[in-house]
Amino acid sequence: MSARLEYVLRLADTSLVLGQRLGEWIGHAPALEEDLGLANLSLDLIGQARLLLTYAGEIEGRGRNEDDLAMSRDQSDYRNLALAEQPNGDFGHTIVRQVLIDAFQLELYEGLQRSTDARLAEIAHKALKETRYHFRYSAGWLIRLGDGTEESHRRVQGSLDSLWRFTRELFAEDDVDREMASAGVAPQLADLELRWSAHIDEVLKEATLQRPADVPYVWHGKRGQHTEHLGYLLAEMQFLHRAYPGASW
Amino acid sequence: MNEKEWPLFEVFVRSRSGLEHKHVGSVHAADARMAIEHARDVYTRRQEGVSIWVVRSSDITASDPAEADAFFEPARDKVYRHPTFYSIPDEVKNL
Repeated sequence: MSARLEYVLRLADTSLVLGQRLGEWIGHAPALEEDLGLANLSLDLIGQARLLLTYAGEIEGRGRNEDDLAMSRDQSDYRNLALAEQPNGDFGHTIVRQVLIDAFQLELYEGLQRSTDARLAEIAHKALKETRYHFRYSAGWLIRLGDGTEESHRRVQGSLDSLWRFTRELFAEDDVDREMASAGVAPQLADLELRWSAHIDEVLKEATLQRPADVPYVWHGKRGQHTEHLGYLLAEMQFLHRAYPGASW
Repeated sequence: MNEKEWPLFEVFVRSRSGLEHKHVGSVHAADARMAIEHARDVYTRRQEGVSIWVVRSSDITASDPAEADAFFEPARDKVYRHPTFYSIPDEVKNL
């Protein structure tokens, strides 16, 4: 698989898996308005994934379209960040996961707008507008919950502590990242990390939350090594397509 | 009202620049910032707007429906207040 295909699949799968996770909230959010809010985020992310998967299919050149790539790949072929596949937990847990990824995608798409890959630059330009809103939404909520009641503070701090170990993967560079960065396709992960960190520190400070210590272990969702949660997510997402191949309505 | 419930906000959306904000409905939210976000998610999903106002419903003073007769009936027989007795030149648009 070419580095470019790998790279585009990583972007696509992270958005798709996170979008699917957020979709699980539909009908279950704490208020009607939040139900719609989370669904909007989910649809933005799935929309990004569609554009990226279509592009990935073209790079691959084997005639696979967005649906084939989304619905017919097994979990070891999925290239999303492990953070994106973590279960929703309570609303605060979902918000913590969202803030961590939104701040990352914000800087990622900002950098990708200047990609030497015109197609990626174009997709990033559209996705950036959506992501600005996502970050406004999730950061706003994290500040409310962190700086809210004793219980809400305790719960989001707990979520932050348990999800933090997945953040190292965001900036752990491998050969694909290096090749894409040196070709000017992708921004440098070290730069992204600094900007991400600044966003996160600012939000955590306002939310009166403690930044957890980094852990040495790095997850490798983007190389296809996932936590046990992805399989269940894909089983639900892919069931219809696998039971009735080519079904449409 | 249940103390734990978010207050209600009335939502006004401007559909295009130059037009007025129109009342479109209401949302529950903890404060004005959240109300704007909820209004965005609930009422502008299909590109209905370019600007949103929210106002706490409790800040609106309304006329009393019981007094509707006193308020509005006297205008009923004063048709001359409608500008329908003027002839409007063809050149004048948008009146």
